[in-house]
Amino acid sequence: MEEKLVDINVMGKLYQVPEGLTIMTAMEWIGYKFTRGCGCRGGFCGACGTFYRLPGNYKLQVGLACSTKIIPSMYLTQIPYFPSQKALYDLDEIENPVKALLELYPEIKKCVGCGACVKACPQNLRPIDYIAAALRGDWKEAAELSFDCIMCGLCASRCTGELVPYNIALFVRRYFSKSVRPKPKHIIDRNKEIREGMFDEAVKALASLSEEELKKKYDLREFEKL
Amino acid sequence: MSGYPISIQESIKKLEQTRSFRLTQEIPRLSFSEREQLLKECHPDYRPDSIKEVRVGPNKGERLTNKLADLLEAKSSLKPDKIDLQFIDHEVDILVIGGGGAGVSAALIAQERGASVLLATKLRIGDSNTIMAEGGIAAATQCNDTPERHFLDTIGGGRFKNKKDLVSALVHDAPLMVEWLKDLGCMFDTHDNGDFVVSFAGGQQRRRVHSCKDTSGLEFMRVIRDELYNRKIPVLEYCPAIELLLDEEGKSAGAILKNIETGEHLIVKAKAVILATGGIGRLHPCDFPTTNHYGATADGLVIAYRAGANLLHMDHIQFHPTGAMWPEQMLGQLITEACRGNGSHLVNINGDRFINELETRDTVSSAILREVKDRGNGIPTPTGKEGIWLDTPLINIRGDAGKLDRMFAGIVHRFNEYGIDVRKEPIMIFPTQHYQNGGVEIDSDARTSVAGIYAAGECSGGVQGINRLGGNSLLDIFVFGHRSANNACEYVKKVKVGKLSLRHITEYNRQLDEVGINNGLTSPILLPDYTREAVKIKSYN
Ligand SMILES: Cc1cc2nc3c(=O)[nH]c(=O)nc-3n(C[C@H](O)[C@H](O)[C@H](O)COP(=O)(O)OP(=O)(O)OC[C@H]3O[C@@H](n4cnc5c(N)ncnc54)[C@H](O)[C@@H]3O)c2cc1C
Ligand code: SF4
Ligand code: SF4
Ligand code: FES
Repeated sequence: MEEKLVDINVMGKLYQVPEGLTIMTAMEWIGYKFTRGCGCRGGFCGACGTFYRLPGNYKLQVGLACSTKIIPSMYLTQIPYFPSQKALYDLDEIENPVKALLELYPEIKKCVGCGACVKACPQNLRPIDYIAAALRGDWKEAAELSFDCIMCGLCASRCTGELVPYNIALFVRRYFSKSVRPKPKHIIDRNKEIREGMFDEAVKALASLSEEELKKKYDLREFEKL
Repeated sequence: MSGYPISIQESIKKLEQTRSFRLTQEIPRLSFSEREQLLKECHPDYRPDSIKEVRVGPNKGERLTNKLADLLEAKSSLKPDKIDLQFIDHEVDILVIGGGGAGVSAALIAQERGASVLLATKLRIGDSNTIMAEGGIAAATQCNDTPERHFLDTIGGGRFKNKKDLVSALVHDAPLMVEWLKDLGCMFDTHDNGDFVVSFAGGQQRRRVHSCKDTSGLEFMRVIRDELYNRKIPVLEYCPAIELLLDEEGKSAGAILKNIETGEHLIVKAKAVILATGGIGRLHPCDFPTTNHYGATADGLVIAYRAGANLLHMDHIQFHPTGAMWPEQMLGQLITEACRGNGSHLVNINGDRFINELETRDTVSSAILREVKDRGNGIPTPTGKEGIWLDTPLINIRGDAGKLDRMFAGIVHRFNEYGIDVRKEPIMIFPTQHYQNGGVEIDSDARTSVAGIYAAGECSGGVQGINRLGGNSLLDIFVFGHRSANNACEYVKKVKVGKLSLRHITEYNRQLDEVGINNGLTSPILLPDYTREAVKIKSYN
């Protein structure tokens, strides 16, 4: 079967590629060999953020090169890296988180609520909202709203207030998960037992069984119900 | 509206018709011997062309997965006589090679214990298999569970080939690792009262996989990476190790890195090296697609092997039962086992189940291959391939209407891009290469057979036997990340490194010549080459 070729424009240069590829596989089809702009190839790592436009449309669009299908006539560029700043902190030393947030990331107050970050997010997140939640001190809301962030940097590249929303969000999530949420009692208890060596004998006894004996035990396991 | 081509939609109707029956249907688990039988008949490891003998080095005479055997029989990509080992670029106690979960956790612990550490990695830090992990981390933290149960599941899952002391270490440290991650600020899924949510994985007799939605690895990776930055641990990105250095006594002495953006080589002198280079997927063992990240090219195995470390269980590759089969753009990408752990069925073209979905991965993958290849019960795609349905809507039916959105947001989102609503329609799947199983043999202190070289995570061998259970790898990387760092820290206090040497490389090349091997390859390959033939020909290289 003849492959149908469509035009795409990569960083200003026109190519014809088979339709149906992703931006990443289309670039490889052309002959690009990635060192930058490609990491997991599955939408998790944020290495492959891409801006593009379509002819006759002023709107700037975004996608992950590894998981966005090419659109005929699109013209694109990858943003494999965008300069950002990350505050350094020791989570154990944070007593007043609201104060810490404002000290670590004072620019958070410069968020003008423009929403440019929302349009830039390939994960369909709304940095504007999680930043607002963080400013209100609503840690849970900010943590949950930002959870799907893959730290691709595209929001920071568009931010009017020059924030780096994803680093702010990471601080918030870490503080929330460590210090706001309680530590489950079952894990505290279990680790006390582990440290006291409560299971050591039993594991040792199992480990000393012959393969035949282990197989027997293995086939006799009782499974918790689904 | 369906996101699937019309030709496939017919079989979705069948699947919907059998749903209520399937919900009541119990499929018994296979006994260990029935499982062995199925594997020998259908698992790709047993195809005659899957493995091949390696004719030099520590595992000489053994049969290993064939793409790896080729790279072990390749010449070093380094020209030893061209390198001047006088010019040392970095000198540290411990060099950590690999910026995934094993490497970063090792670096954190080593620095905490007072060692000077440098972490070198091939791409960006975090570009790794770790960041892609979906389901979560296994640990016996519940009151109906114990480390013994976890031990038995793991060793049976590994077909009793695991090194028992490694499994004992794994299950012992597991709950400690979950607490370590929680203390670093990882956002685990919790019930309203704050207790951790735990799910099933294939072959685990208890619910024991702790998740952070369906992006657990992303959560762990971004948190530990953030901590690495906070502690100002030096990192070299885009600088893969291309060979290890030994001293005159054959002890570890560091590594040679290559900046893949500039081509410059860097010499790192280190008293100990922790190898944490991850898996093999991008070699595409048995020509399967893979779930692995772009840099999973078995470099660590190749360079450790040349330095004299032996490999274990590298004749067994893990194929994950549920790789995406449609849309084509997602071919081979992982659909987490947690879908089955939360009640999804595997369904053939007639609407029937054919295996207990919570069997171990080797078993389920083999059953799928049998169903499609031997029994002709696959669902054909418009591009001439065949797959099996994973009935995802069952997750909401068995749980509640919001469960997929809550726990599987990543999957919902990724398929949505292609017009498929996994809350209403099933996912088409087929086995995909997923995990390396074996690797550089270690002991429970994470030592390899070469003094001063430690290995942790997917590049190491022995922990998982010849088939890994879901949740046990995220566990492995932290357990042995910690253990490698702890032991390397003790080691560097005592050791004196002599003069740097690459004699082992010259010697290895000589052995290849002696046996008359010249396969035209050089290794490690660092990145896969997906350039089309037509373009390659025209580059006249
Ligand atoms: C899609 C997917 C989902 C998974 N889901 C789960 C799950 O839910 N639960 C679970 O337990 N396990 C899961 N696994 C398995 C698990 O994620 C991995 O086995 C584990 O994270 C490996 O960690 P690692 O640190 O050993 O290797 P990696 O995380 O792969 O890190 C290796 C690092 O080394 C770097 N590197 C490679 N070569 C060199 C070199 N020559 N020099 C320097 N650096 C180098 C790589 O670039 C990479 O950064 C999953 C795996 C995949 C691919
Ligand atoms: S919030 Fe920002 S960094 Fe995170 S995924 Fe969206 S655009 Fe990328
Ligand atoms: S782009 Fe920046 S300033 Fe605008 S809403 Fe988003 S975070 Fe605020
Ligand atoms: S390559 Fe990782 S998100 Fe695209």
